Amino acid sequence: MRRRISTAIVIVAAASALMRGQGLPNVEGIELSGSWAPRNFTDAIGNMPGGGPRPVDYMGIPLNDAGRAWSLVYSQSQISMPERICDYYAPTYIAIGPMGLRIWPESELLTGATTAWVIGGWADFVPITIWMDGRPHPSIYAAHDKSGFTTGVWDNDVLVTYTTHMEAGAIRRNGVPSSDEATMTARFSRHDDVLTITARIDDPVYLTEPYYLTRSFALTRAPINPATHPCTVTNEGIEAERVPHYLPGQHPFIDELTKLYGIPQEAVLGGADTALPEFRKKIKDKYVRPSKCVSVPASTCGGPGTYPSLD
Amino acid sequence: MEYPVGRRRARAFSIGAAGLVIALLAMYGESQGQGRENQPPPSAKAAAPFDPTGYWSALVTQNWRLRMVLPARGDYIGIPISAAGKKTADAWDQAKDEAAGNQCKAYGAPGLMNLPTHLHITWQDDNTLRVDTDYGTQTRVLHFAPPQGRGASSASRGGNPVPRKRSWQGNSVADWASRRGGSAGPASARYLRITTTDLLSGYLRKNGVPYSENASLLEYVDLFKEPTGAALIVWTAVVDDPVNLETPYIISSQFKRQADGAAWDPTPCSAGW
Repeated sequence: MRRRISTAIVIVAAASALMRGQGLPNVEGIELSGSWAPRNFTDAIGNMPGGGPRPVDYMGIPLNDAGRAWSLVYSQSQISMPERICDYYAPTYIAIGPMGLRIWPESELLTGATTAWVIGGWADFVPITIWMDGRPHPSIYAAHDKSGFTTGVWDNDVLVTYTTHMEAGAIRRNGVPSSDEATMTARFSRHDDVLTITARIDDPVYLTEPYYLTRSFALTRAPINPATHPCTVTNEGIEAERVPHYLPGQHPFIDELTKLYGIPQEAVLGGADTALPEFRKKIKDKYVRPSKCVSVPASTCGGPGTYPSLD
Repeated sequence: MEYPVGRRRARAFSIGAAGLVIALLAMYGESQGQGRENQPPPSAKAAAPFDPTGYWSALVTQNWRLRMVLPARGDYIGIPISAAGKKTADAWDQAKDEAAGNQCKAYGAPGLMNLPTHLHITWQDDNTLRVDTDYGTQTRVLHFAPPQGRGASSASRGGNPVPRKRSWQGNSVADWASRRGGSAGPASARYLRITTTDLLSGYLRKNGVPYSENASLLEYVDLFKEPTGAALIVWTAVVDDPVNLETPYIISSQFKRQADGAAWDPTPCSAGW
Protein backbone atom coordinates (compact mmCIF):
# COMPACT_ATOMS: atom_id res chain seq x y z
CA MET A 1 0.00 0.00 0.00
CA ARG A 2 2.79 2.37 0.96
CA ARG A 3 4.49 1.67 -2.33
CA ARG A 4 1.30 2.54 -4.22
CA ILE A 5 0.93 5.77 -2.33
CA SER A 6 4.56 6.63 -2.94
CA THR A 7 4.22 5.86 -6.63
CA ALA A 8 1.14 8.05 -6.87
CA ILE A 9 2.86 10.91 -5.08
CA VAL A 10 5.85 10.73 -7.38
CA ILE A 11 3.66 10.72 -10.47
CA VAL A 12 1.50 13.58 -9.28
CA ALA A 13 4.58 15.59 -8.31
CA ALA A 14 6.15 14.97 -11.69
CA ALA A 15 2.93 15.95 -13.42
CA SER A 16 2.70 19.07 -11.33
CA ALA A 17 6.23 20.02 -12.27
CA LEU A 18 5.51 19.35 -15.92
CA MET A 19 2.41 21.50 -15.79
CA ARG A 20 4.44 24.33 -14.37
CA GLY A 21 6.88 23.85 -17.20
CA GLN A 22 9.87 23.65 -14.87
CA GLY A 23 11.61 21.03 -12.85
CA LEU A 24 12.39 23.46 -10.05
CA PRO A 25 11.04 26.76 -8.84
CA ASN A 26 11.57 29.50 -11.39
CA VAL A 27 14.75 31.53 -11.08
CA GLU A 28 13.82 35.16 -11.37
CA GLY A 29 14.89 37.35 -14.27
CA ILE A 30 16.80 36.36 -17.37
CA GLU A 31 20.22 34.97 -18.07
CA LEU A 32 23.03 37.50 -17.94
CA SER A 33 25.89 35.08 -17.44
CA GLY A 34 28.78 35.19 -19.82
CA SER A 35 31.46 37.32 -21.32
CA TRP A 36 30.28 40.59 -22.79
CA ALA A 37 32.68 42.33 -25.14
CA PRO A 38 32.73 46.12 -24.98
CA ARG A 39 31.44 47.93 -28.03
CA ASN A 40 32.82 51.34 -27.21
CA PHE A 41 31.07 53.31 -29.91
CA THR A 42 28.48 55.11 -27.79
CA ASP A 43 31.18 56.75 -25.67
CA ALA A 44 34.06 56.67 -28.10
CA ILE A 45 35.41 59.98 -26.83
CA GLY A 46 35.33 58.89 -23.19
CA ASN A 47 36.97 55.61 -24.11
CA MET A 48 39.36 56.87 -26.75
CA PRO A 49 41.78 54.03 -27.52
CA GLY A 50 45.05 54.78 -25.81
CA GLY A 51 43.81 57.82 -24.00
CA GLY A 52 40.41 59.02 -22.93
CA PRO A 53 38.70 62.37 -23.06
CA ARG A 54 40.74 65.56 -23.39
CA PRO A 55 41.42 67.39 -20.10
CA VAL A 56 38.68 70.02 -20.31
CA ASP A 57 35.78 68.26 -21.96
CA TYR A 58 32.71 68.50 -19.76
CA MET A 59 30.18 68.63 -22.58
CA GLY A 60 26.86 66.99 -21.82
CA ILE A 61 27.48 66.65 -18.07
CA PRO A 62 24.96 68.42 -15.79
CA LEU A 63 27.68 70.01 -13.69
CA ASN A 64 26.89 72.61 -11.10
CA ASP A 65 29.28 75.43 -10.26
CA ALA A 66 31.07 73.39 -7.61
CA GLY A 67 31.56 70.49 -9.99
CA ARG A 68 32.91 72.77 -12.69
CA ALA A 69 35.21 74.57 -10.26
CA TRP A 70 36.59 71.28 -8.98
CA SER A 71 37.07 69.96 -12.50
CA LEU A 72 39.00 73.08 -13.52
CA VAL A 73 41.57 72.78 -10.76
CA TYR A 74 42.09 69.09 -11.46
CA SER A 75 45.35 67.92 -12.96
CA GLN A 76 45.54 64.46 -14.51
CA SER A 77 48.75 63.97 -12.52
CA GLN A 78 46.62 63.55 -9.41
CA ILE A 79 46.14 59.90 -10.29
CA SER A 80 49.85 59.46 -9.74
CA MET A 81 49.43 60.39 -6.08
CA PRO A 82 49.45 57.37 -3.78
CA GLU A 83 46.26 58.66 -2.15
CA ARG A 84 44.40 59.10 -5.45
CA ILE A 85 45.86 56.48 -7.71
CA CYS A 86 42.67 54.41 -7.46
CA ASP A 87 40.23 57.31 -7.69
CA TYR A 88 38.54 56.23 -10.94
CA TYR A 89 37.78 52.68 -9.91
CA ALA A 90 34.43 53.03 -8.21
CA PRO A 91 31.48 50.96 -9.49
CA THR A 92 30.68 53.91 -11.76
CA TYR A 93 33.61 52.71 -13.84
CA ILE A 94 31.37 50.13 -15.51
CA ALA A 95 29.59 53.12 -17.07
CA ILE A 96 32.63 55.23 -17.93
CA GLY A 97 35.41 52.69 -18.41
CA PRO A 98 36.43 50.78 -21.53
CA MET A 99 36.36 47.24 -20.27
CA GLY A 100 34.20 44.23 -21.08
CA LEU A 101 32.18 42.37 -18.49
CA ARG A 102 32.33 38.84 -17.19
CA ILE A 103 29.07 38.22 -15.34
CA TRP A 104 27.97 35.24 -13.30
CA PRO A 105 25.36 34.43 -10.64
CA GLU A 106 25.95 33.15 -7.14
CA SER A 107 23.16 30.74 -6.33
CA GLU A 108 21.61 29.33 -3.19
CA LEU A 109 22.42 25.64 -3.19
CA LEU A 110 19.05 24.03 -2.49
CA THR A 111 16.62 26.34 -4.26
CA GLY A 112 18.83 27.72 -6.99
CA ALA A 113 17.72 31.25 -6.14
CA THR A 114 20.24 33.88 -7.18
CA THR A 115 21.71 35.48 -4.10
CA ALA A 116 23.98 37.81 -6.08
CA TRP A 117 25.21 38.68 -9.53
CA VAL A 118 28.91 39.30 -9.80
CA ILE A 119 30.66 41.44 -12.38
CA GLY A 120 34.23 40.23 -12.51
CA GLY A 121 37.24 42.39 -12.08
CA TRP A 122 39.26 43.94 -14.84
CA ALA A 123 42.87 45.01 -14.49
CA ASP A 124 42.82 46.95 -11.24
CA PHE A 125 39.06 47.35 -11.08
CA VAL A 126 37.61 45.21 -8.33
CA PRO A 127 34.61 42.91 -8.86
CA ILE A 128 31.15 44.27 -8.16
CA THR A 129 28.76 42.13 -6.15
CA ILE A 130 25.10 42.89 -6.77
CA TRP A 131 23.15 41.49 -3.85
CA MET A 132 19.81 40.02 -4.89
CA ASP A 133 18.71 38.58 -1.56
CA GLY A 134 16.91 41.64 -0.30
CA ARG A 135 19.50 42.71 2.21
CA PRO A 136 19.36 46.39 3.13
CA HIS A 137 22.00 48.95 2.32
CA PRO A 138 24.32 49.81 5.21
CA SER A 139 23.66 52.73 7.48
CA ILE A 140 24.43 56.17 6.10
CA TYR A 141 27.13 56.29 8.75
CA ALA A 142 28.85 53.16 7.47
CA ALA A 143 32.26 53.48 5.91
CA HIS A 144 32.50 54.02 2.17
CA ASP A 145 34.96 52.02 0.12
CA LYS A 146 36.06 51.48 -3.45
CA SER A 147 33.50 48.74 -4.04
CA GLY A 148 30.51 50.63 -2.72
CA PHE A 149 27.44 48.59 -1.89
CA THR A 150 25.12 47.39 -4.61
CA THR A 151 21.74 45.69 -4.51
CA GLY A 152 19.62 44.57 -7.41
CA VAL A 153 16.04 43.70 -8.31
CA TRP A 154 14.42 42.44 -11.48
CA ASP A 155 11.95 44.79 -13.10
CA ASN A 156 10.25 43.21 -16.09
CA ASP A 157 13.33 41.15 -16.92
CA VAL A 158 15.64 44.16 -16.61
CA LEU A 159 18.16 43.98 -13.77
CA VAL A 160 18.02 47.26 -11.88
CA THR A 161 20.90 47.89 -9.51
CA TYR A 162 21.44 50.59 -6.93
CA THR A 163 24.88 51.50 -5.59
CA THR A 164 25.68 53.56 -2.53
CA HIS A 165 28.65 53.96 -0.18
CA MET A 166 31.11 54.77 -2.93
CA GLU A 167 34.21 56.81 -2.28
CA ALA A 168 34.67 60.13 -4.00
CA GLY A 169 35.96 59.58 -7.52
CA ALA A 170 35.25 60.64 -11.08
CA ILE A 171 32.41 60.37 -13.57
CA ARG A 172 34.53 61.13 -16.63
CA ARG A 173 38.07 59.96 -17.11
CA ASN A 174 39.41 63.51 -17.10
CA GLY A 175 38.71 64.21 -13.46
CA VAL A 176 35.10 65.42 -13.48
CA PRO A 177 34.34 64.60 -9.86
CA SER A 178 31.83 62.50 -8.06
CA SER A 179 31.39 62.92 -4.33
CA ASP A 180 30.99 60.26 -1.71
CA GLU A 181 27.29 61.16 -1.68
CA ALA A 182 26.88 60.01 -5.26
CA THR A 183 24.69 57.02 -6.05
CA MET A 184 24.27 55.02 -9.22
CA THR A 185 21.20 53.28 -10.57
CA ALA A 186 22.04 50.96 -13.45
CA ARG A 187 19.73 48.99 -15.72
CA PHE A 188 21.07 45.86 -17.39
CA SER A 189 18.86 45.37 -20.39
CA ARG A 190 19.49 42.35 -22.60
CA HIS A 191 18.19 42.04 -26.15
CA ASP A 192 19.20 38.91 -27.98
CA ASP A 193 22.99 38.88 -27.58
CA VAL A 194 23.35 42.60 -26.99
CA LEU A 195 23.49 44.01 -23.46
CA THR A 196 22.90 47.70 -22.85
CA ILE A 197 23.68 49.25 -19.51
CA THR A 198 21.92 52.50 -18.74
CA ALA A 199 23.47 54.25 -15.76
CA ARG A 200 21.98 57.13 -13.87
CA ILE A 201 24.38 58.93 -11.54
CA ASP A 202 22.97 61.23 -8.90
CA ASP A 203 25.27 63.52 -6.99
CA PRO A 204 23.85 66.32 -4.86
CA VAL A 205 27.30 67.84 -4.47
CA TYR A 206 28.46 68.24 -8.06
CA LEU A 207 25.46 67.72 -10.38
CA THR A 208 22.30 69.72 -10.97
CA GLU A 209 20.33 66.71 -12.20
CA PRO A 210 20.85 63.01 -12.90
CA TYR A 211 23.59 62.18 -15.36
CA TYR A 212 22.60 59.39 -17.76
CA LEU A 213 25.09 57.24 -19.63
CA THR A 214 24.76 54.12 -21.74
CA ARG A 215 27.18 51.42 -22.83
CA SER A 216 26.55 48.43 -25.07
CA PHE A 217 28.18 45.03 -25.09
CA ALA A 218 27.98 41.97 -27.32
CA LEU A 219 28.01 38.42 -26.04
CA THR A 220 31.25 36.73 -26.97
CA ARG A 221 32.45 33.17 -26.83
CA ALA A 222 35.96 34.36 -26.03
CA PRO A 223 36.00 34.40 -22.24
CA ILE A 224 36.88 37.67 -20.58
CA ASN A 225 39.38 37.06 -17.83
CA PRO A 226 37.89 38.34 -14.56
CA ALA A 227 41.23 38.31 -12.80
CA THR A 228 42.08 41.48 -10.99
CA HIS A 229 44.89 42.86 -8.97
CA PRO A 230 42.93 45.38 -6.93
CA CYS A 231 44.26 48.87 -7.38
CA THR A 232 47.45 49.12 -5.42
CA VAL A 233 49.04 52.22 -4.02
CA THR A 234 52.41 52.81 -5.61
CA ASN A 235 54.90 55.62 -5.83
CA GLU A 236 54.82 57.26 -9.22
CA GLY A 237 57.13 60.07 -8.23
CA ILE A 238 54.77 62.69 -6.87
CA GLU A 239 56.40 64.32 -3.89
CA ALA A 240 54.73 63.75 -0.55
CA GLU A 241 52.17 66.39 0.39
CA ARG A 242 52.06 67.83 -3.13
CA VAL A 243 48.70 67.78 -4.91
CA PRO A 244 49.06 68.42 -8.64
CA HIS A 245 46.50 71.03 -9.57
CA TYR A 246 45.84 74.25 -11.44
CA LEU A 247 44.89 77.43 -9.67
CA PRO A 248 41.44 78.80 -10.47
CA GLY A 249 41.43 80.46 -13.86
CA GLN A 250 44.78 78.99 -14.82
CA HIS A 251 43.91 75.63 -16.39
CA PRO A 252 46.30 75.43 -19.35
CA PHE A 253 43.95 73.30 -21.44
CA ILE A 254 40.78 75.29 -20.99
CA ASP A 255 40.72 76.34 -24.64
CA GLU A 256 42.14 73.15 -26.09
CA LEU A 257 38.86 71.86 -27.54
CA THR A 258 38.21 75.26 -29.06
CA LYS A 259 41.59 75.18 -30.79
CA LEU A 260 41.41 71.53 -31.84
CA TYR A 261 37.75 71.18 -32.75
CA GLY A 262 36.36 74.71 -32.95
CA ILE A 263 33.92 74.17 -30.09
CA PRO A 264 33.03 77.30 -28.12
CA GLN A 265 33.97 77.36 -24.46
CA GLU A 266 30.39 77.67 -23.21
CA ALA A 267 29.86 74.14 -24.53
CA VAL A 268 33.17 72.77 -23.33
CA LEU A 269 32.42 73.69 -19.72
CA GLY A 270 29.27 71.59 -19.63
CA GLY A 271 26.03 72.04 -17.75
CA ALA A 272 22.67 70.34 -18.12
CA ASP A 273 21.61 72.51 -21.05
CA THR A 274 24.57 71.40 -23.15
CA ALA A 275 23.02 67.92 -23.46
CA LEU A 276 19.83 69.17 -25.11
CA PRO A 277 19.27 69.62 -28.85
CA GLU A 278 18.24 73.25 -28.42
CA PHE A 279 21.69 74.10 -27.08
CA ARG A 280 22.90 74.01 -30.67
CA LYS A 281 21.17 77.32 -31.29
CA LYS A 282 23.41 79.01 -28.75
CA ILE A 283 26.58 77.98 -30.52
CA LYS A 284 25.49 77.93 -34.13
CA ASP A 285 27.34 81.09 -35.01
CA LYS A 286 30.33 80.32 -32.85
CA TYR A 287 31.24 76.82 -33.92
CA VAL A 288 34.06 76.65 -36.44
CA ARG A 289 34.45 73.27 -38.08
CA PRO A 290 38.07 72.27 -38.62
CA SER A 291 38.94 71.52 -42.20
CA LYS A 292 40.14 68.03 -41.30
CA CYS A 293 40.61 65.82 -38.27
CA VAL A 294 44.02 66.01 -36.70
CA SER A 295 45.26 63.27 -34.41
CA VAL A 296 47.00 64.56 -31.31
CA PRO A 297 48.70 62.47 -28.61
CA ALA A 298 46.16 60.14 -26.98
CA SER A 299 43.41 61.34 -29.31
CA THR A 300 43.08 59.55 -32.59
CA CYS A 301 40.77 60.21 -35.52
CA GLY A 302 40.03 56.50 -35.73
CA GLY A 303 39.97 54.53 -38.94
CA PRO A 304 40.28 50.92 -40.05
CA GLY A 305 41.64 48.62 -37.36
CA THR A 306 40.66 50.85 -34.45
CA TYR A 307 37.98 48.49 -33.13
CA PRO A 308 38.53 44.74 -33.00
CA SER A 309 35.94 42.38 -34.37
CA LEU A 310 34.27 39.96 -32.03
CA ASP A 311 35.75 36.48 -31.69
CA MET B 1 7.68 -14.09 -16.25
CA GLU B 2 5.02 -14.22 -13.59
CA TYR B 3 4.77 -11.31 -11.13
CA PRO B 4 3.41 -11.80 -7.63
CA VAL B 5 -0.18 -10.59 -7.24
CA GLY B 6 0.83 -7.56 -5.08
CA ARG B 7 3.36 -6.33 -7.61
CA ARG B 8 0.90 -6.82 -10.46
CA ARG B 9 -1.63 -4.65 -8.65
CA ALA B 10 0.94 -1.99 -7.98
CA ARG B 11 2.02 -2.02 -11.59
CA ALA B 12 -1.58 -1.75 -12.76
CA PHE B 13 -2.15 1.12 -10.37
CA SER B 14 0.92 2.93 -11.62
CA ILE B 15 -0.10 2.55 -15.24
CA GLY B 16 -3.58 3.76 -14.41
CA ALA B 17 -2.27 6.78 -12.53
CA ALA B 18 0.11 7.63 -15.33
CA GLY B 19 -2.75 7.41 -17.82
CA LEU B 20 -4.83 9.72 -15.69
CA VAL B 21 -2.02 12.22 -15.48
CA ILE B 22 -1.46 12.13 -19.23
CA ALA B 23 -5.16 12.67 -19.77
CA LEU B 24 -5.14 15.60 -17.36
CA LEU B 25 -2.14 17.10 -19.08
CA ALA B 26 -3.79 16.69 -22.46
CA MET B 27 -6.93 18.40 -21.19
CA TYR B 28 -4.84 21.19 -19.68
CA GLY B 29 -2.95 21.75 -22.90
CA GLU B 30 -6.12 21.67 -24.93
CA SER B 31 -7.85 24.16 -22.71
CA GLN B 32 -4.84 26.48 -22.98
CA GLY B 33 -4.84 26.18 -26.74
CA GLN B 34 -8.59 26.71 -27.00
CA GLY B 35 -8.29 29.75 -24.78
CA ARG B 36 -5.76 31.26 -27.08
CA GLU B 37 -7.67 30.36 -30.22
CA ASN B 38 -10.91 31.83 -28.99
CA GLN B 39 -9.36 35.19 -28.29
CA PRO B 40 -8.15 37.26 -31.25
CA PRO B 41 -4.62 38.50 -30.67
CA PRO B 42 -4.58 42.07 -29.49
CA SER B 43 -3.38 44.88 -31.73
CA ALA B 44 0.15 46.15 -31.25
CA LYS B 45 -1.22 49.21 -29.53
CA ALA B 46 -3.29 47.13 -27.12
CA ALA B 47 -0.38 44.77 -26.47
CA ALA B 48 2.15 47.54 -25.85
CA PRO B 49 4.08 46.88 -22.64
CA PHE B 50 4.71 50.60 -22.25
CA ASP B 51 3.38 53.83 -23.65
CA PRO B 52 6.00 55.38 -25.93
CA THR B 53 3.78 58.18 -27.17
CA GLY B 54 4.55 61.80 -26.53
CA TYR B 55 7.46 64.17 -26.90
CA TRP B 56 11.00 63.12 -26.11
CA SER B 57 14.30 64.98 -26.10
CA ALA B 58 17.70 63.52 -26.89
CA LEU B 59 20.15 63.66 -24.01
CA VAL B 60 23.55 64.04 -25.63
CA THR B 61 25.83 63.16 -22.74
CA GLN B 62 28.37 61.12 -24.72
CA ASN B 63 30.26 61.64 -27.99
CA TRP B 64 29.14 65.25 -27.84
CA ARG B 65 31.48 66.71 -30.45
CA LEU B 66 30.62 63.92 -32.88
CA ARG B 67 26.87 64.40 -32.55
CA MET B 68 25.99 67.97 -31.62
CA VAL B 69 28.12 69.62 -34.28
CA LEU B 70 29.30 68.54 -37.71
CA PRO B 71 32.70 66.96 -37.04
CA ALA B 72 35.72 67.47 -39.22
CA ARG B 73 36.32 65.47 -42.33
CA GLY B 74 38.21 62.32 -41.42
CA ASP B 75 37.00 62.11 -37.82
CA TYR B 76 36.02 58.44 -37.69
CA ILE B 77 36.54 57.74 -34.01
CA GLY B 78 33.70 55.66 -32.64
CA ILE B 79 32.84 53.95 -35.91
CA PRO B 80 34.40 50.64 -36.97
CA ILE B 81 34.96 51.94 -40.46
CA SER B 82 36.54 49.68 -43.07
CA ALA B 83 39.17 50.62 -45.59
CA ALA B 84 36.49 50.86 -48.29
CA GLY B 85 34.33 52.98 -46.02
CA LYS B 86 37.23 55.28 -45.26
CA LYS B 87 37.98 55.72 -48.93
CA THR B 88 34.39 56.83 -49.52
CA ALA B 89 34.33 59.03 -46.43
CA ASP B 90 37.62 60.70 -47.33
CA ALA B 91 35.97 61.80 -50.57
CA TRP B 92 32.96 63.33 -48.79
CA ASP B 93 32.01 66.64 -50.33
CA GLN B 94 29.42 68.70 -48.50
CA ALA B 95 28.89 71.10 -51.41
CA LYS B 96 28.35 68.21 -53.79
CA ASP B 97 25.69 66.72 -51.51
CA GLU B 98 23.92 70.06 -51.32
CA ALA B 99 24.05 70.54 -55.07
CA ALA B 100 22.64 67.06 -55.64
CA GLY B 101 19.81 67.55 -53.14
CA ASN B 102 21.30 64.94 -50.81
CA GLN B 103 21.14 66.99 -47.63
CA CYS B 104 19.25 64.16 -45.94
CA LYS B 105 21.92 61.51 -46.38
CA ALA B 106 22.89 61.75 -42.71
CA TYR B 107 19.28 61.55 -41.56
CA GLY B 108 18.58 57.96 -42.63
CA ALA B 109 17.36 55.44 -40.09
CA PRO B 110 20.80 53.98 -39.22
CA GLY B 111 22.10 57.33 -37.98
CA LEU B 112 18.98 59.34 -37.22
CA MET B 113 18.35 58.35 -33.63
CA ASN B 114 21.89 59.32 -32.59
CA LEU B 115 21.43 62.88 -33.81
CA PRO B 116 20.46 65.80 -31.54
CA THR B 117 16.75 65.61 -32.08
CA HIS B 118 13.42 65.64 -30.35
CA LEU B 119 11.02 62.80 -31.03
CA HIS B 120 7.27 62.90 -31.33
CA ILE B 121 5.89 59.37 -31.10
CA THR B 122 2.28 58.59 -31.94
CA TRP B 123 0.14 55.63 -32.97
CA GLN B 124 -0.76 56.14 -36.61
CA ASP B 125 -3.21 53.27 -36.27
CA ASP B 126 -3.53 50.25 -34.01
CA ASN B 127 -0.61 48.49 -35.64
CA THR B 128 1.60 51.34 -36.82
CA LEU B 129 3.84 53.43 -34.63
CA ARG B 130 5.04 56.73 -36.04
CA VAL B 131 8.22 58.46 -34.92
CA ASP B 132 8.77 62.03 -36.08
CA THR B 133 11.99 63.94 -35.55
CA ASP B 134 12.23 67.70 -35.60
CA TYR B 135 15.90 67.53 -36.60
CA GLY B 136 15.71 67.05 -40.35
CA THR B 137 11.91 66.67 -40.19
CA GLN B 138 12.01 62.94 -40.73
CA THR B 139 9.30 60.34 -40.17
CA ARG B 140 9.86 56.73 -39.31
CA VAL B 141 6.87 54.42 -39.71
CA LEU B 142 7.10 51.21 -37.71
CA HIS B 143 4.76 48.52 -38.98
CA PHE B 144 3.65 45.77 -36.65
CA ALA B 145 2.23 42.71 -38.34
CA PRO B 146 -1.55 42.91 -38.05
CA PRO B 147 -2.91 40.33 -35.59
CA GLN B 148 -4.26 37.91 -38.19
CA GLY B 149 -1.01 37.94 -40.09
CA ARG B 150 1.47 37.54 -37.28
CA GLY B 151 4.07 34.91 -37.93
CA ALA B 152 3.20 34.61 -41.59
CA SER B 153 5.57 35.94 -44.21
CA SER B 154 4.33 37.27 -47.51
CA ALA B 155 5.68 34.14 -49.16
CA SER B 156 3.81 31.85 -46.80
CA ARG B 157 0.64 33.81 -47.47
CA GLY B 158 0.98 32.78 -51.06
CA GLY B 159 2.24 35.95 -52.67
CA ASN B 160 5.61 37.01 -53.96
CA PRO B 161 7.34 39.75 -52.01
CA VAL B 162 6.47 43.09 -53.56
CA PRO B 163 9.50 45.17 -54.47
CA ARG B 164 9.51 48.18 -52.21
CA LYS B 165 10.90 51.59 -52.84
CA ARG B 166 14.10 52.45 -51.05
CA SER B 167 14.12 55.51 -48.85
CA TRP B 168 16.15 57.20 -46.12
CA GLN B 169 13.99 55.58 -43.47
CA GLY B 170 13.46 52.28 -45.30
CA ASN B 171 10.72 49.85 -44.38
CA SER B 172 10.54 49.03 -40.71
CA VAL B 173 8.86 46.00 -39.20
CA ALA B 174 8.34 46.09 -35.45
CA ASP B 175 7.33 43.68 -32.74
CA TRP B 176 7.14 43.52 -28.98
CA ALA B 177 9.95 41.09 -28.28
CA SER B 178 10.62 38.93 -25.27
CA ARG B 179 14.02 39.04 -23.61
CA ARG B 180 13.61 35.31 -23.04
CA GLY B 181 13.12 34.50 -26.71
CA GLY B 182 9.95 33.49 -28.53
CA SER B 183 6.85 34.36 -26.59
CA ALA B 184 8.22 33.46 -23.18
CA GLY B 185 7.85 35.71 -20.19
CA PRO B 186 5.25 38.25 -19.20
CA ALA B 187 3.94 40.68 -21.79
CA SER B 188 4.91 43.57 -19.54
CA ALA B 189 8.58 42.59 -19.88
CA ARG B 190 8.79 43.08 -23.63
CA TYR B 191 10.66 45.69 -25.57
CA LEU B 192 10.28 47.20 -29.01
CA ARG B 193 12.35 45.50 -31.70
CA ILE B 194 12.60 47.01 -35.17
CA THR B 195 14.06 45.54 -38.31
CA THR B 196 14.59 47.94 -41.18
CA THR B 197 15.29 47.12 -44.81
CA ASP B 198 15.09 48.88 -48.19
CA LEU B 199 17.36 51.71 -47.18
CA LEU B 200 18.97 54.19 -49.47
CA SER B 201 22.68 54.43 -48.85
CA GLY B 202 23.54 57.26 -46.50
CA TYR B 203 25.80 58.45 -43.72
CA LEU B 204 26.26 57.14 -40.19
CA ARG B 205 27.82 60.45 -39.26
CA LYS B 206 27.27 63.84 -40.83
CA ASN B 207 30.87 64.02 -42.03
CA GLY B 208 30.23 61.39 -44.65
CA VAL B 209 30.91 58.04 -42.94
CA PRO B 210 28.93 55.83 -45.30
CA TYR B 211 26.57 52.91 -45.07
CA SER B 212 25.50 51.06 -48.16
CA GLU B 213 21.99 50.21 -49.25
CA ASN B 214 22.74 46.63 -48.23
CA ALA B 215 23.31 47.62 -44.62
CA SER B 216 21.09 45.90 -42.09
CA LEU B 217 19.56 47.75 -39.19
CA LEU B 218 18.20 46.12 -36.05
CA GLU B 219 17.02 48.29 -33.17
CA TYR B 220 16.03 47.61 -29.58
CA VAL B 221 13.98 50.15 -27.68
CA ASP B 222 13.44 50.19 -23.92
CA LEU B 223 11.40 52.58 -21.85
CA PHE B 224 12.45 53.02 -18.23
CA LYS B 225 10.30 54.79 -15.68
CA GLU B 226 11.84 56.57 -12.75
CA PRO B 227 10.23 56.71 -9.31
CA THR B 228 9.91 60.47 -9.82
CA GLY B 229 7.60 59.94 -12.79
CA ALA B 230 10.29 60.80 -15.32
CA ALA B 231 10.85 58.37 -18.17
CA LEU B 232 13.73 57.55 -20.43
CA ILE B 233 13.80 55.81 -23.78
CA VAL B 234 17.04 53.99 -24.59
CA TRP B 235 17.34 53.27 -28.29
CA THR B 236 20.04 50.75 -29.19
CA ALA B 237 20.89 50.26 -32.85
CA VAL B 238 22.95 47.51 -34.48
CA VAL B 239 24.11 48.45 -37.96
CA ASP B 240 25.92 45.87 -40.04
CA ASP B 241 27.46 46.74 -43.36
CA PRO B 242 30.11 44.35 -44.65
CA VAL B 243 31.24 46.95 -47.18
CA ASN B 244 31.82 49.96 -44.99
CA LEU B 245 32.18 48.49 -41.50
CA GLU B 246 34.68 46.03 -40.06
CA THR B 247 32.31 44.84 -37.36
CA PRO B 248 28.70 45.64 -36.44
CA TYR B 249 28.26 49.16 -35.16
CA ILE B 250 26.29 49.04 -31.89
CA ILE B 251 25.26 52.36 -30.48
CA SER B 252 22.67 53.54 -28.00
CA SER B 253 20.93 56.88 -27.60
CA GLN B 254 18.81 58.26 -24.77
CA PHE B 255 15.66 60.34 -24.86
CA LYS B 256 13.98 61.97 -21.90
CA ARG B 257 10.20 62.37 -21.82
CA GLN B 258 8.98 65.95 -22.21
CA ALA B 259 5.84 67.34 -20.67
CA ASP B 260 4.77 68.83 -23.98
CA GLY B 261 6.02 69.88 -27.39
CA ALA B 262 7.33 73.27 -26.30
CA ALA B 263 10.85 72.46 -27.48
CA TRP B 264 9.69 70.95 -30.77
CA ASP B 265 11.49 72.84 -33.51
CA PRO B 266 11.28 71.35 -37.00
CA THR B 267 14.31 72.12 -39.12
CA PRO B 268 15.08 70.85 -42.60
CA CYS B 269 17.92 68.49 -43.43
CA SER B 270 21.28 70.17 -43.68
CA ALA B 271 24.47 68.79 -45.13
CA GLY B 272 26.41 71.32 -43.09
CA TRP B 273 25.25 72.54 -39.71
